[in-house]
Amino acid sequence: MANYSTSEFKGGLKIMLDGQPHTIVENELVKPGKGQAFNRVKVRNLKTGRTIEKTFKSGESVEAADVLETELQYLYADGEFWHFMNTTNFEQLGADAAAVGDTKLWLKEEDMCQVTLWNGEPILVTAPNFVELKVTETDPGMKGDTAQGGTKPAYLETGAVVKVPLFIEEGEMLRCDTRSGEYVSRVK
Amino acid sequence: MSATDWRAVAPQSARIARAALLARLREYFSNAGVLEIDTPVFSSATSPDPQVPSFEANNAGHFGYLHTSPEYPMKRLLADGSGDIYQIAKVFRAGEHGRHHNPEFTLLEWYRLDFNLPALMQEVHRVIAAALNRPVEAIQLDFRQACVDLGGFDPWVDGADKMRDCLLQGGHSVPESMGLDEVDGWIDLAFTQLVASQFPSDRLTFVEGYPPSQAALARIETRGDQQVAARFEAYWSGLELANGFHELSDGDEQRARFDAERAKAEASGAPQRPVDERFLAALQAGLPDCSGVAIGLDRLLMVLQQVDDINEVLNFPVARA
Repeated sequence: MANYSTSEFKGGLKIMLDGQPHTIVENELVKPGKGQAFNRVKVRNLKTGRTIEKTFKSGESVEAADVLETELQYLYADGEFWHFMNTTNFEQLGADAAAVGDTKLWLKEEDMCQVTLWNGEPILVTAPNFVELKVTETDPGMKGDTAQGGTKPAYLETGAVVKVPLFIEEGEMLRCDTRSGEYVSRVK
Repeated sequence: MSATDWRAVAPQSARIARAALLARLREYFSNAGVLEIDTPVFSSATSPDPQVPSFEANNAGHFGYLHTSPEYPMKRLLADGSGDIYQIAKVFRAGEHGRHHNPEFTLLEWYRLDFNLPALMQEVHRVIAAALNRPVEAIQLDFRQACVDLGGFDPWVDGADKMRDCLLQGGHSVPESMGLDEVDGWIDLAFTQLVASQFPSDRLTFVEGYPPSQAALARIETRGDQQVAARFEAYWSGLELANGFHELSDGDEQRARFDAERAKAEASGAPQRPVDERFLAALQAGLPDCSGVAIGLDRLLMVLQQVDDINEVLNFPVARA
């Protein structure tokens, strides 16, 4: 397995810590006067998303994490796995509930998603920033009330619930921001 | 490479500030009667200190190093009768890059005959005020007292386990690979993370009186019942600006320290480097009583420009060099 020296540390580098794949968020060299140099790094656990701080003696080596960021097409869920396909070689991969997490609420068939692979296995699925989803259930719309505030919940085809203006009706297509979980606009 | 990589990182205002800062420094030293000199960047020998990594260079088959500071040849000049001297030089430290580091940086180094450490600290204060072109406040701390008051540890008494505990209690991570026998490494980490990080952001902080194990090229003195290195550093906030010594002039003692550093390098698997015999010969011939100091000018420019990233005062930092 490849190793990285601390001198190669930079944002985005994927390393193994405590048996878990991490990505370096921030790397800072700490070097007093004539003394020992250190690398103080912020790292994010790619499986849990948790960010921690680690300090290394400069010159140390850390095992590289075999991590690959891929764009895969979401196909379907079978209750246990969410299946994705590489659209160039048509290879299929199943991601488990831990890898999909809350992203499952935004997964629409045929959407391209960012899937992080560790040793070839999906560990993290990120939905596209914006998705277009159909409203499956919401209270009846109020005709004419298009300008005033007031919101109501709308249930979307993927299971997500977003707050929408009162004029939105069942069957409409909505554009949503998956990062904030918010309604953006109607899709004409 | 991105399409705009050819452009300078530092804005034009930083170039103008740098030129003015250099002019004010040269004016100060000219008025003070200190002679500007230069020494080679490429040398056959370099610091044996494994913590000061040198660039290796090849002069058509003759191997040597880019200087990490002009200290050895400047002391040869002092031993050769140069009197007070200063130099503004590009120096090189392999692998050091970050928010406060660039592997190639500009150092101002000067030596004053018959100056003791307090006299040199006062001059550093004047030089920095001259460079910044404004009055500057300064405070002075004793290294040991600062560690006790601000960090909760005493480097003269406490072991590495105490410093590790203080770091962990302060919410800092510590390197798992650093053994408790590496006391100086623990002092370095605890001092930067717990002590220097609390220095005021609106004035200079002088720290004086280092542990003897961190003397580098400074004399070791006996004060009361403790041994202290006659070394100081000047900080602006947690940013280290200057490092000064009452210079060690004993050639035998200097050779013994080199040998100790070479042994440390060998033990850690770091490359062995030739000892600078001409420097040692100059000390044997007689270095006049003097104190010397080096200031990182890019960092001083950061203070002047009120930025916290060295890249903002460099035209072409290493990533664009």
